[in-house]
Amino acid sequence: MRSNNRASKLTIAMSVGVAAALGLSACGGAGGGGGGGDASGGSDEVNVLMVNNPQMVDLQKLTAANFTKDTGITVNYTVLPENDVRAKFSQEFSSQAGQYDVASLSNYEVPSYAANGWLTPLDDTVAASADFDQSDILEPMTKALTGADGKLYAEPFYGESSFLMYRQDVFEAAGLTMPENPTWDEVADLAAKVDGVEPGMKGICLRGQPGWGQIFAPLTTVVNTFGGTWFDENWDAQVDSPEFTEAVDFYVKLVQDHGEAGAPQAGFTECLNNLQQGKVAMWYDATSAAGSLEADDSPVKGKIGYAAAPVKETDSSGWLYTWAWGIQKAGKNQDAAAKFVEWASSKEYEQLVADEIGWSSVPAGKRTSTYDNADYQAAAAPFYQQTEDAIVDAKVDDPGVQPRPAAGIQFVAVPEFADMATQVSQDVSAAIAGQQTVEEALTKGQSLAEKVSEKYQDQ
Amino acid sequence: MSATVEAPAPHEPRPEAPGFRTPRRDAEALARAGAWARRAPLLPALIFVIAVTQVPFVITIVVSFVNWNSLYPNDIAFGGFDNYVAVFTDPAMRASVVTTVLLTVTVVLVSLVLGLVVALLLDRQFLGRGVVRTIMIAPFLVVPVAAALVWKHALYNPEYGLFNGALNWLFGLFGATAPQPDWITNNPLIAVEAALIWQWTPFMMLILLAGLQSRPLDVIEAARVDGASAWQLFRYMTLPHMRRYLELAALLGSIYIVQNFDAVFTITSGGLGTANLPYTIYQQFFQAHDYGAASAAGVVVVIGTIAIATFALRSVSTLLKEENR
Repeated sequence: MRSNNRASKLTIAMSVGVAAALGLSACGGAGGGGGGGDASGGSDEVNVLMVNNPQMVDLQKLTAANFTKDTGITVNYTVLPENDVRAKFSQEFSSQAGQYDVASLSNYEVPSYAANGWLTPLDDTVAASADFDQSDILEPMTKALTGADGKLYAEPFYGESSFLMYRQDVFEAAGLTMPENPTWDEVADLAAKVDGVEPGMKGICLRGQPGWGQIFAPLTTVVNTFGGTWFDENWDAQVDSPEFTEAVDFYVKLVQDHGEAGAPQAGFTECLNNLQQGKVAMWYDATSAAGSLEADDSPVKGKIGYAAAPVKETDSSGWLYTWAWGIQKAGKNQDAAAKFVEWASSKEYEQLVADEIGWSSVPAGKRTSTYDNADYQAAAAPFYQQTEDAIVDAKVDDPGVQPRPAAGIQFVAVPEFADMATQVSQDVSAAIAGQQTVEEALTKGQSLAEKVSEKYQDQ
Repeated sequence: MSATVEAPAPHEPRPEAPGFRTPRRDAEALARAGAWARRAPLLPALIFVIAVTQVPFVITIVVSFVNWNSLYPNDIAFGGFDNYVAVFTDPAMRASVVTTVLLTVTVVLVSLVLGLVVALLLDRQFLGRGVVRTIMIAPFLVVPVAAALVWKHALYNPEYGLFNGALNWLFGLFGATAPQPDWITNNPLIAVEAALIWQWTPFMMLILLAGLQSRPLDVIEAARVDGASAWQLFRYMTLPHMRRYLELAALLGSIYIVQNFDAVFTITSGGLGTANLPYTIYQQFFQAHDYGAASAAGVVVVIGTIAIATFALRSVSTLLKEENR
């Protein structure tokens, strides 16, 4: 009796505790869901996970009064900073959790996600719609978002390439001319000549900040056009090859001799500041920078010239980047998701943004019709033609002089690339700072790349 | 981590066995039942505390033994010590251990010394002391990532930063050309440390000021009457009294600065040999998506911290000894 009595009381106490713990974990589950919306929802809603860039924020603002009003479909947005959104959608899609129907993916993720079967093909839905007009989408965009099986897996929301921006007024005053399609040797020569023509003005701004999406965005395009590559078509690592080394050596020397001060910390933002403040005469970076340079409050508005990305061995070298809508295969609201993608990437949506906010905020860089539109041409007069040319000339499947094992211009579209390239970028950044030589940096890079090689050569 | 510092729980007071007529066994049973009746309502709270403080750590330990890369959901499997082997053989990880130690020790020691100096000054009576004290605390109240951004862009930047601007102005007074050093590139680790010291000195100052103000003033006055010099007062009266406060400030400061992420992430992006452990773990998790290895690294950091903290508390520090007095 005694022990029974004691045991029963203990049982009660335990069950109270367990109940408390269960209640707690239930709270945790609900809290962790974070805006996933009602899982049991029908086809009248769609859950969207996206990056918090300004164009997405505009989209969020315009949805209820337009898309939801016209179709009756509610859109539940989860908006996160880039690093967080990447961590979230890699978890979400790899486990096919089905919590989100649509996510903003970049062309870095789409090829491998498509190969893993995590995305719904759009050929029969969005791309088949006459109103959507898939043929209007710039061809490199479509190509970059097509899987190895030839099916289309995402629709671009906006996109960019890279080109060379320079101070026309400074070049004129110094009696220099920028060729329309410059080579890197010409650019290095011009950088030396223009360096110091105005007090405190350096020749060129090139990113030096560590990160696969920072320094290695422009640097990989330089490697490509110098004849180098991260991997050859058999997945053999080529990071310490003569061509790769020559390209990095050229880049590092150019930054050290005629580049911006504080180069090892300079990313997109710092270079944008430097060009706007008259601290550099040239800048090789994303086409999307032109919008900020030509904005009404920009001190260099109307003074900037735009030339194609510099080359050496190849005909063009600009990169291609896009934020695009992918539909998760395990998503429950496939029809509503397709309707949402069709709307968000449509011509009508671009017109809507132009009417409500202005042409400079239009998510451009994806449609031929945008660049043919007289209103857009007027709003983006100094750079629209060069931007369109840069995107159209981007060679997604053949960016260098040799065949590649995976897609991508300024990256290799495999999941391991981000981590590997970030580690190599820290060493290259240290080389710019003079802490080590380019050879030392790339020897370490080669051994990192060989680990990735092993993984793919085993398969 | 808290487990090591906790004092052993006092024993449950047991009620005396009631009158001699009741058999001893029943009395014991009754006492136990009574004890449980009092414990039971506390259990939910206890379980809540355990769940909140220990479950995340236990999950991290479990994950650290799993080969789990979120990009390869079909390859998740028990991996034994694979992740730990990877942690200890990864040169980036080893380098970040050294960086973390250097960063923490430098920041704690320098901000402790500066904090003590400022606290000694603020301990004096003067007009507007309250205002000055508030101003001194301000850096600690700034959001860490905002402070790091200010240091990177507004102060260090060689093109438009305040430091080089000040140099320009100063040299301009004499008509000379100012040197324009690239602060972060030349001394990357010192640049990160300076930003952290700026932010953590007020924290040290706060604790030390509390210590200073709890000094028994009568004894100090007696010593002064006996002819002790200011230095003697500081060396033999103030400093021994301050020992516990210095230790507490150093301990808390170390715990927070070991975990620092914002300054490294913002100012150098982990470049130029400034990647500390939290930054490296962040990279493992967010860029490599390798949850197993990131968890293993996290567990190693916690074990290392516990080991060092225990050693410091047991052997050097007077914090726990004072507690038992």
